[in-house]
Amino acid sequence: MKYEAVIGLEIHVELKTESKIFCSCRAAFGAEPNTHVCPVCLGLPGTLPVLNRRAVEYAIMAALALNCEITPYCKFDRKNYFYPDLPKNYQISQFDLPLAQNGYLEIDTPSGPKRVGIVRLHLEEDAGKLVHVQSGSSSYALVDYNRAGVPLIEIVSAPDLRSPEEARAYAEKLRQIMLYLGVSDCKMEEGSLRVDANISVRPAGSDVLGVKTEIKNVNSFRSLSRALAYEIERHVACLERGEKIVQETRGWDEERGVTFSMRSKEEAHDYRYFPEPDLPPLVIDAEWVESLRKALPELPDAKRRRFIEEYGLPENAATVLTATPEVADYFEETLKFYPQPRQVANWVMVELARCLNAAGISITASPVKPQALAQLLKLMDAGIISGKIAKDIFEEMFATGKDAESIVKEKGLTQITDEETIRQVVREVIAANPKVVADYKGGKEKALSFLVGQVMKATRGRANPGLVNQLLKEELSRE
Amino acid sequence: MLSRSEVEHVAALARLELSEEEKELFAQQLREIIEYVNILQELPTDDVPPLVHVVPLKNVWREDEVEEHLEVEEVLSRAPDREERFFRVSRVV
Ligand SMILES: [Zn+2]
Repeated sequence: MKYEAVIGLEIHVELKTESKIFCSCRAAFGAEPNTHVCPVCLGLPGTLPVLNRRAVEYAIMAALALNCEITPYCKFDRKNYFYPDLPKNYQISQFDLPLAQNGYLEIDTPSGPKRVGIVRLHLEEDAGKLVHVQSGSSSYALVDYNRAGVPLIEIVSAPDLRSPEEARAYAEKLRQIMLYLGVSDCKMEEGSLRVDANISVRPAGSDVLGVKTEIKNVNSFRSLSRALAYEIERHVACLERGEKIVQETRGWDEERGVTFSMRSKEEAHDYRYFPEPDLPPLVIDAEWVESLRKALPELPDAKRRRFIEEYGLPENAATVLTATPEVADYFEETLKFYPQPRQVANWVMVELARCLNAAGISITASPVKPQALAQLLKLMDAGIISGKIAKDIFEEMFATGKDAESIVKEKGLTQITDEETIRQVVREVIAANPKVVADYKGGKEKALSFLVGQVMKATRGRANPGLVNQLLKEELSRE
Repeated sequence: MLSRSEVEHVAALARLELSEEEKELFAQQLREIIEYVNILQELPTDDVPPLVHVVPLKNVWREDEVEEHLEVEEVLSRAPDREERFFRVSRVV
């Protein structure tokens, strides 16, 4: 039988505010344990949460970018459960009146663009972090509440995804949009972007949903698609054997490449939500929403379209250059000083990308700034340096942070355009390679490029290649 | 009617250990409370919007500013158990 997978994702995104959602503690990642805490986020009796306005703004921006309807009158609720990551024994979240609903996000699939529904987006507080310790016969946990109270949005997709690839494309697109908005740094390795997946399979064409499982603990997009592919196979194998799928939460074991059951006795999720009495309702008027909508930055799809139309870039180049707002900004900043889009696109995607990868740094930390790259390209255009040398100079610029002109001067790398100088080298090369010359004369066209190479080598790549070609042909025909 | 097993379920969710007598007692008391609420349910409330909050307030904000944190020693001084700068709790999974 043919089966199809039905996948929905729940994505948690930590918002990049300075302070936590309900108190003035710093929200930043990576501090010493329990140093970013106060009576509010420790849940001490007698304290009151007060909502961070910017967290709401960021959540609205995210909702708008995901084409959601904003709920004009929403509220917070207590989600009750006992787990030591929550000092209060409840999490302040949103239940029946989430901040936003009914959105969508468009992803690229092999069969064209696809719209993936977004059911809801709500605001909540993050929980603390547990470190499980096993020492000898005793096992216990250590708790750090720095993360407790960091603002979080939970984005729930409709079960519209049909393959691990689509799920990955959706998660990556969502991350890209959040990065463009600047509302989160979305680092999966630091937990500021977390993805849980609901998955079921059913006979292809059926409109009845199968029993689903939930996959937690995937820590990269690659793991997400691997875990889903594994789980789809497991479900299908189960059904083929006539077994029932158990509805449960499963973890992903990256090393073994398998999912595993996390909780056998699934105490039915009974969170006994009730309205948070310590927080008044949240009323979001249309004016506020519109002012935030107007202030939204250009989003990935729009930017990609513009790069194609305005700069005449091929689609794949436009996709690469709009992958993050930083790359797009670097590209456009360089164009301000050197308005040759295709040329700049190539340098950013090839030379710069290679050096950044090798150094393991992001484009914002690039030692070669846009203006410096533009200067290098201008030197090349002006014929002062050859294309080959430009690449060497670029590497030097990247390694030392010096600008192109100083490197050219220091190393005497200016291009040789003086005919007589080049002619002299050409003659020497011809004299030194009688066999190749004979091959050329015998009709072997390829022999010429060898000779060009020899001239370039003798001039350390500084000879103007056009001139070398021309003069070689001249000298060879003269013999 | 509130059954004994519902009382046990609610107690389990609240991490409460109840004696047999308490289960009987609380089942009876909760039953009475629910019966009373059932009387209120008889009121026609179709035109009444659900009450979200009893205090007529909305949108109480703070700006996104960082203020003083507690000293970590003070934080942990109230902890029943600690290890270095962490709270220490019994095994959870
Ligand atoms: Zn706090």
